Amino acid sequence: MAVYENLYGAYEGELHSPLSRFLVIPRYALREVFKSKFFTSFFILCFIYPLIASILVYLHHNANALAMLQINVRELLPINASFFRTFVEVQGYFAFILTILVAPPLISRDLSNNALPLYLCRPLSRLEYVLGKMAVIVFLLSLITWVPGLLLFFFQVSLTSLTWFWSNVWIIQSIFLSSMLWITLLSLLALAVSAVVKWRVVASGALLGIFFVPSAFGEIVNNLFLTRAGHLISLWATVNNIWLGLFGLFKRQTGSVRGTVTNPIYEKQFFDIALLEPPLWASWLVVAIVCAVCVLVLTRRVRAYEVIR
Amino acid sequence: MTNVIELDQLSVTFGKRPILKSLDGALSGRAIGLLGPNGAGKTTLIHTLLGFHPPTSGTARIFGQDITHDAKQVRSSVGYMPENDSFVAKMSCVHFVRLMAELSGIPSDHALERAHQALFYVGLGEARYRPIDSYSLGMKQLAKLAQAIVHGPKLIILDEPTNGLDPPTRSRMISMIRKIRDGGRARILLSSHLLRDVEECCDEILVLKDGNLVANCNLEEERKANRKFIELETRGGDRAAFAEAITRMGCECALSGERRLKLIMQETVEISDLYRLALEHGIQIRRLNFKRDSLEDIFLKAMENGHAPSVGRVNNGGL
Repeated sequence: MAVYENLYGAYEGELHSPLSRFLVIPRYALREVFKSKFFTSFFILCFIYPLIASILVYLHHNANALAMLQINVRELLPINASFFRTFVEVQGYFAFILTILVAPPLISRDLSNNALPLYLCRPLSRLEYVLGKMAVIVFLLSLITWVPGLLLFFFQVSLTSLTWFWSNVWIIQSIFLSSMLWITLLSLLALAVSAVVKWRVVASGALLGIFFVPSAFGEIVNNLFLTRAGHLISLWATVNNIWLGLFGLFKRQTGSVRGTVTNPIYEKQFFDIALLEPPLWASWLVVAIVCAVCVLVLTRRVRAYEVIR
Repeated sequence: MTNVIELDQLSVTFGKRPILKSLDGALSGRAIGLLGPNGAGKTTLIHTLLGFHPPTSGTARIFGQDITHDAKQVRSSVGYMPENDSFVAKMSCVHFVRLMAELSGIPSDHALERAHQALFYVGLGEARYRPIDSYSLGMKQLAKLAQAIVHGPKLIILDEPTNGLDPPTRSRMISMIRKIRDGGRARILLSSHLLRDVEECCDEILVLKDGNLVANCNLEEERKANRKFIELETRGGDRAAFAEAITRMGCECALSGERRLKLIMQETVEISDLYRLALEHGIQIRRLNFKRDSLEDIFLKAMENGHAPSVGRVNNGGL
C-alpha cells in the first residue's frame, strides 16, 4: 500500500479543458451502467435487428446465397427509404426501453442524495450538468439508432452502384435527423421525469405513462370522433408522422370510414369520411412544446438548493 | 494581508423576503468564522458566494474575483463542504472523491492520486473502497471534507463541519481544520452555531443577525488587546503610591474597591516590573487577571446591539 504524505497541498499540475469538463459525468455514469449484466445483455440485444437488416441487404446482392436459400429476390423487402424508416422505427422501440432502463436514476439519485451542491460548487454550470447527464442517454441511443443506421446505408452503398447512392443520398440526413429527434425527445423527457420523481421505479412508470396513456386516450378520441386529430396527443403517433415526413412517406389521408345517415323519407344514405392525419407542422409543434416543457422543468428542478419563497 | 472575501452592498432576496441586507466589508483572516443564530443568513451568504443564489443587488468578490461575472474562476478556487448529507450514491468513496476532483478540472490519473491523498489526510484511508452509502455519519462528514480539499482550493468553505459528530471525531475534525489553517496554503470560512468550534479554529469572525452584518472582529487582535488589560488584587502596603508608581511607568491605573487595581499596560512594561514595584511598596499581589472577552461575550454583545457597530471593526458599511 502506498504511503502518502499527510499534508494539505494545492494542486499545481495542468487542468483539463473547461469545455470537456462535463464529459466526466457520462464517463462515470456509463461505467456504472455497464456494471449491470441485465443492461449489458439488453444492450447487445439491441443490435439484433441491425444484424438482421444487414443480412437482408447482403442477400439482395448475393445471387448465390439467394439460390442456396431458394428465395426470390422479389420476396425480400426492397432496400429503399421505407426499409430505412422501418429500421429507425424498430431501433426507436429499443431506444425507448433502453432509456427506461438507464435514465430514471440519472438526476433523481443526485437529488435524493443532495449531490447537486457538490457538482455545482465546482466550475460546472447547471447547463453543463444537464448536458453531462443527457450525454449518457445520447451516447447509448446513438450507438443503437443512427450509427448502425448509417453503417447499414453505407453497407448497401458498398454493395450497389453509385447511381443508387446519388439517388438515395438524402436518406443519410433522414436517418440522422429522425434518430436525433427521437433521442432528443426521449432524453429530455427522461431527464425531466428524473428531476421530478425521486424513486427510480416511479420514474420508470411515469415515463411509460407519458408515452402510453396519451396514446390510448388519443386512440379513443380518434375512434369516437372519426378523426386522426387524437394523434396529436400521442407522442408515438406524432413522432411516427415526423419520421414518415423525413423519409418522404407521409400521407395526410390514411384511410376513410363509411358513415350512414337516415334522411326524412327513411332512406339510408352512405357517405365517406376521409381520415386526415394532422399536418406535419402540427407534429413538429407538439414535439417542440414537449421539449420546451422539459427544459422548463429541468431549469426549475436542477438547482443546488431549492429556494422556498 | 490580501482580502479573501469582499462584500460590496450584497443583498439577496427570496421572493419579497430579504435574506441578506446590504452586507459590506472585507475579510482577510486565515480562518474566518461565520456566526449567527438560526435564520441569520449564514448559509445563504455561503450559497451566494458559491453562485447558488444570484445577488439581488451589490456583489461580492473572492480573492478579487467577482462571484457573478467570474463564477467559474471563483468556484475553481473554492472547496465546499455542505451542511447536509451530500454524496453521489452507488460509488466507493475513492471514486466519489476522484469524480469531484475531475469535475474541478484535474486529469483522471492525478485525480485518483489526489483522491487517495485526501482520504488518507482526513483519516478514511482504510475505508476508502467502501461504498459511501454504508458510511457512518462521522465518516460521511470526513468524506465531505475530503471532496472539499481534493483539488487543493485556496478557500475552503465549511458549513457546520462538526454537526452530528461524537466528541473524538469532533476533536479530529477541529484539529484537521486547524492544521489546514496553520499550513497557510488555504483560507477557511467556517460557518457554525457552535462558538467553541469557531473560537478554536478562527482568527476572524463575522456575525450575522436577521441578514445584517452586526459584527466583524479580528479575534487575534482582540486577544492581543485583552492581554493589555490587567486586574490586580492586593493586600497591605500603600496602594495609592503603588498606583502612582505604575502611572509613572506609563501605564494607566485606577483603584477599584478596597483591594483592587485596574490597569492598562504599555508594551514596554512587563509583568515582572509590577512585581518589582509591589515589592518596593510592600504590597502583596494576591491575584493577577488578564481581562478576556470570550467569543461568547463578543457574540452576545453583537446580538444585543443588533445593527449597531459593537465589536472591533464593525459592520454595514464600516469595516
